[in-house]
Parts: sequence; structure tokens; C-alpha cells
Amino acid sequence: MDDVVLKISDVHKSFGAIHALKGVDFELKRGEIHALAGENGAGKSTLMNVIDGILAPDSGTIFWNGAAVTIASPTEAQKLGIGLVHQEIALCPDVSVAENILMPQTNLSRKFFVDYAALEAKAGEVLRQLADIDPRARTGDLSISNQQLVEIAKALTLDCKVLILDEPTAALTEREAQLLFGIMRRLADQGIGIIYISHRMVEIFDNCDRVTVFRDGSYITTMDVAQITPPDVVKAMVGRVIDDLYPAKQAEPDDNVILSVRDLSEATRFRDVSFDLHHGEVLGIAGLIGAGRSEIVKGICRIEGEVTGEVRLNGKALTLRDYGDSIDAGMVYLSEDRKGSGLFLDMSIAENISALDLSRISRRGGMIDSRGERERARALGERLGLKYGKLTDPVSSLSGGNQQKVAIAKMLSVDPDLIFLDEPTRGVDVGAKAEIHRILRDLARSGVGIVVISSELPELIGLCDRILVIREGRISGEVAGDDMTEEAIMSLASVLEHEGADA
Amino acid sequence: MRGSSVEQAIEAGEAPRDGRGMAAAKGLLKMRETGLIAIILLLIVVMSFASPYFLTWVNIRTVIMAFAVEGIVVVGMTILLISGGIDLSVGSVTALAMVIGGWLFLAGFDPWVASLIAIGCCTAVGAFMGFFVTKIGLHHFIVSLAVMVIARGICLLGTGGRPLGLYTLPPEFKFIGQGSIGPIPVVILTFLAVVAIFDILLRRTTMFRKVFYTGSNERAAAYSGIRTKRVIFATTTLCSALCGVAGVIYMARFGSAQPTFGLGMELNVIAAAVIGGASLNGGTGTILGAILGAALLSLVSSSLALLDVSVYWQDIIRGSILLAAVTIDLFLNKRRG
Repeated sequence: MDDVVLKISDVHKSFGAIHALKGVDFELKRGEIHALAGENGAGKSTLMNVIDGILAPDSGTIFWNGAAVTIASPTEAQKLGIGLVHQEIALCPDVSVAENILMPQTNLSRKFFVDYAALEAKAGEVLRQLADIDPRARTGDLSISNQQLVEIAKALTLDCKVLILDEPTAALTEREAQLLFGIMRRLADQGIGIIYISHRMVEIFDNCDRVTVFRDGSYITTMDVAQITPPDVVKAMVGRVIDDLYPAKQAEPDDNVILSVRDLSEATRFRDVSFDLHHGEVLGIAGLIGAGRSEIVKGICRIEGEVTGEVRLNGKALTLRDYGDSIDAGMVYLSEDRKGSGLFLDMSIAENISALDLSRISRRGGMIDSRGERERARALGERLGLKYGKLTDPVSSLSGGNQQKVAIAKMLSVDPDLIFLDEPTRGVDVGAKAEIHRILRDLARSGVGIVVISSELPELIGLCDRILVIREGRISGEVAGDDMTEEAIMSLASVLEHEGADA
Repeated sequence: MRGSSVEQAIEAGEAPRDGRGMAAAKGLLKMRETGLIAIILLLIVVMSFASPYFLTWVNIRTVIMAFAVEGIVVVGMTILLISGGIDLSVGSVTALAMVIGGWLFLAGFDPWVASLIAIGCCTAVGAFMGFFVTKIGLHHFIVSLAVMVIARGICLLGTGGRPLGLYTLPPEFKFIGQGSIGPIPVVILTFLAVVAIFDILLRRTTMFRKVFYTGSNERAAAYSGIRTKRVIFATTTLCSALCGVAGVIYMARFGSAQPTFGLGMELNVIAAAVIGGASLNGGTGTILGAILGAALLSLVSSSLALLDVSVYWQDIIRGSILLAAVTIDLFLNKRRG
């Protein structure tokens, strides 16, 4: 077993009431590309943060080349030879690409002055393998996909024995992703162990040697990719019959149009967006991160951006000044960033649910009807199967799935005609996920328009009747019925030709 | 060890806490107002033994009078803090109201009209700050720091640095600063009225609920269709307007306008609000708590004076109380992830 470079044994980690890792095991050999698969909330990213010294495990052991080690900080992880590329881009936008790439080395450097020429030369060398990016460019000016490549370049400069890539292709085009896979294989051939986190089956089966599956914070299995098929992995990830996860689809298409968008454009982020949403339909929006999915929807609701074009809701042309008007018109938006912009974490469940329209809980003179407020919250909570202690408890006391239900209850509290949901099941456990899917389908059936943005293609395919694919701010195509496959969506989402340093 | 206690807590169906005894203590202490009342009562009992003079009506009235007018500013500051802002200019703006009111009175204006104009000017100063915060996008701290210095400069410039004696103020105007209805000074009645009105508004109206939403999470509030900039503009303006009211009352009480009045008032006012449970991060705070915070600070000052403790010690102790209150609060709330 001396080719095992990294071994994780029985690691536990809790955040408050949430038990994110329940005694997981993991093993990485030298020179292998090892996929780590699992649904959101399965514990993949948590384990990677433990390995990188960002989080301290509550219990359990990490073995490095057979010896038990404690990794107390990312600096210590780097010294051992562990490089981590985060799922979220964590670069300093105001400094140059070269400074970002060589930040760890600059941090450890004993020299008093920074040698910028050497810095840029070294960064340029690494970047050349990946893409045509100027090491002197200001990082914040790069496109999202180029920033992701800078993150990867940053990890490559570390003299690492283990390289961890956490969903690196979420923002990459097909071509860039292929380049990355080529580099990964080269590094593996040099004896570096690579942990590749993804839930895209195609990537796992085309590029990885072994796959380990986590589910709900537990280790499920490790398999040789050569000996299995994608359904084996999916079954291990979901842990039950997959049909349960998604409700039945719309039986018959309905011609009645709820929302009609024509030639919607914004200065830089999207152009000429036109589509219809039909009665009873769940419409999906797919695309790479940064393609403009959320921006289009926020533009329709007037949350941000100056848009031109026509929006009709139930046949009526809308002229909205701001999002307040959109809510009044019956169009609401569920944010992808639940904690940052969806909920008031330190405020009560009831107060969160009423936030969209206070006139519904006010009596004459603008006084709040507290009992009425709690009654409304209770009724909505019941409808969504919300689990809570008291309605006056802060939302922060709830699990991710229940927090999301509060966010959805907030949307429903205004009896909307149309709900845009941006990543509605992000950070939600599998059980709650299935429930949320069921709720959305029921709403669609009852005549509420449902538009779902998601980065998880299996979710979109399972949940939606039709999917629009966005590429670089335009609708690049539409798939429906049996044409909804990951391959079809990815090819519509990817830019076929590489488009230089800046998009 | 850590893991297992967490599991037990989860099985018990509650958020993990440090231990059972602590949990109970925290539940009681979580009511900030209860804790403050207990500390105030304790201090009163101790002081009544230490000084026979302490529990006399004259002393009690003096203690309340000492923070009553400032208490009106505390109300404005608390609401502003809840919305996520802060105002360092309260002392200067209060002095500005005195100076403008006094100057207009000496120029021949009716004192009531002069007072209304003074309050109007302070409201305009608040709107000015609100403009820089919401339209230009500057931070409250910087804007109000600048206005603190500017307003003080205007006060000194307008008076040549000398207090304006307002000996001819009519008695019916002086009444709002010096009179009593029965045994209770008008100042205290005004203060209680302001506290009662804003306490009800803040807890019970949809208008002020938006202040909590905005301060708790401005983005989430905007994503709920709340016009957050308008809310912040309003709370900034309200705080300065209440400074104007306080300034006018001070003018009537002292029968003069002092350009150097209110130096260091921002410290007292912010400290009172924070001791009373307001957070500098916005989203939390109550009027009652803030007023109890102001009462505690005033009580400590007067106790130390009665005990013949040097004035210089008083500042050290006030600062320490503030630090202790905020530290305790941090630990009590830490379990919230």
C-alpha cells in the first residue's frame, strides 16, 4: 500500500446542528485521477477544506504517506504538497494575474522586495499551457472562465504531490475543459495524485481512474471506473430509486402563455432574449456559470440592470420601475445566494416570510398584525412541510433545506403568478430536494409559472418540461422531452471556438 | 468528545450548546432588557447603602434629567444603527440646533419659529448625509465624521466661539426645558413621550419593520422589493432631526446656545444603544434596551460622583462598561453560526 499518498480515516465534522461529515474514509494513490462524486451537501467540499487545513475535523485522522498528520492551515497543506482549486473563485480582483498565481510563494518568500519580472515570467510559463492570458492583466477584468483558469494555474505552480480540483469545469467551455483534462493526465503521469470533484458523469468516465461516492456526509463506495457504468455512480449518489427524486412531468403541453419575453437586452450581459412560458410548464434555464442566466432573470424582474425589450405577463405588457413593481405585478425571484441575499438569518421565520409584502400583514395605520403574520407563516409552513421549533425562532436555527423552504414560503406569501428560482436546491439534502421538486411541480400544475435556473443538469432534466440554454448572454438553443440530455445541453452551452484572453 | 456532545444535542432536538446550565442562564440573559434592569436595580440597592442621599427624589430626578434629553438622540441613533448606519455628528448637530435657534431668536424671530427652523436645518443636515450615503455611496462613518467637524465649525463661526446668552427667552418657551407638570419636569415627560412613540412605531409598524429588514441584510431586503436606500436615507435624516429637537430643548433649559455643547456626545449615545442591544452590524436593537443603556451609564456617572471618584476615572469606567457589555453579548450570541 505504499503508493497511497493520502488517506482519510473516519473524519467527522459538524457545523452547529448540521453533521456535514459522518466518519468518512477516502484514499488517493500516486498518479491516479480519483473522482469524488456526490450530490450537493454530500460533504465533498467540506472534506476538501479539511484536507486543505481550512477546517479542523472534529475527529478522525489524515495520513500523509502513511504517517498521521495534522493540517492546521492552508500554508501547512501547501508545505506538505497539497494544492486545492476551490469551486468558488477566490482571487484578489485588484492585483495582476501573476501576483494572484504566485501568491503562496510570495507569502512564503523571505525576500524583502517582490521581483515582479520573475513573477510575471514564472506565471506566464504556467499560463501558456492553459490559455492565452496576460500575466500582467488585472485579474478582475478577466472573464469568469479565465479567472477559473488562473485559479488552476495557481495550484499548478505549487510543487504539489496532491492536486484537488473542486468542480473546475463549472465555468469552463468545452475546449478549455479538454485542455484541463490533458494537463491533469500529464500531471498524473508524473506521479501526482489528483482528486477531481464533479457530478458530471461524462467527465468522470472520460478522465478518471477511480470514483468515490459520498452521500449525506457518509462514505458510500469506491469503484474502478473501468468496471462500472454511469448508472452505478448515480445510484450510489442518490441512494434510492431515482424516479423518486423527480415528480411526474406535464402530461399535455398547454398553449396558454403565462410569460412572454421579447428581445430583452442589456448593455453588456445579455442580448435579444425571447421566450414563452406556458401554463402548467416547468421551464429550465441552463448554461455555464457567468453565461448570464441569473442576469436575464434579474433583468426581467428589474432587480438589477437597465433592460430593453418587452415582457408580457398573462397577456399584459409590463412596465416596471423596480423589483417592488415586479412583486406587485405577481413576478418574484428566489435568489441563488440564500444566505447572502435570500434570507434575513437573524430574524424570525415569520418575519422572513412576510418580507415581500408587508401590506398583507398590516392593519389600518400600518400597524403590524402579529397574530395574522404568524398565522400566515404557519399556513405556508404547513403547505411546504416546513420543520421548525417556533415561528419566532431565527431562520439561522434551521437546516439548509428548511431555510430554503422559508425562502420559498416568502415567495408564495404574495400569491405570485410566476416564480423564478435560481439554484433552488443548492446546499439542500436529497430528501428536501425531492420535496422542493414536488412543490414546484404542484405549483406549476396549479397554474403558477415556474422557471428554474440550475447548474445541476440532472436536476434540470429530471424536473423540467423544457430547457433553454444560455451561452454568452444569448439563448443558444432549446431542448425538450427526450432531447434533454447532458450532452445536448453541454454542447449548446459551450463556446466552440476559443475566444482569446477576454470575453 | 466535542462530536459526541453535539450528537446528544441533536438528539435532544436543539441547537448544540456548551452545556445545560449555561443554556438556561443564556435563555434568561438573552433578554437584554431583563439583564439591564437587574444590573440597574442592583446598582441602586448598593448605592442606597453607600450614600443616604442617593434615593432622594432630588437625586433621582437629577439622574433622569441627566440623560433625558440625550435619550431623545439615543432613540434616533438606535433606529439608525438598526438600519445599519451610524452617526458621529450627533453632538455637533445638537449644538447646531442650539446655535441656529439662539441666533434667529436674537435676530428677532419668535422663539418657536426659530426652534422650528433650527430643527428643519438639522433635518436638512441629516438629508445631506443621507444623500452622500445613499446616492454617492460613501460610508456613514466617513460622512458623519466630516459633518461632525463641519457642523461644529459652523457653530463656532456663527458665534465667534462664545456662548449666546438668551436671557430674554419668554417663560412659556423656557417651560419646555425648565418647567414641571406636577412634580415631573417637562423634559422627562417629553422624553418619555418620544420613547413611547418610537418604541411602538419600531415594534409594531410595517414602516419600521423595513428598517430591520434593511439592517439585517440589505441585499435580501432589496431582493424582497424593499427600497433600501430610501429606508437608510430616512433613518439618517430622522436621527439628525431628533438631534434638532434635543438641541432646542437644551436651549430652553440652559437659556443659552453653546457652540461647544455636545462634545463627545456620540460616544455616550452609541454606547447606550449598543449596551442596550443594538448591533453595529445592523438588524438588531430596541428602544427600551437603548434607554436602559443610557440610564445605566447615567446612573454609574452619578454614583461615582456621589462617591467622590475623580472625573477622570469616570471615563475609564464608562469605556470599560461598554467593552464588557459588547464582549458578553458576543459570547452569548456566538452559538448562532
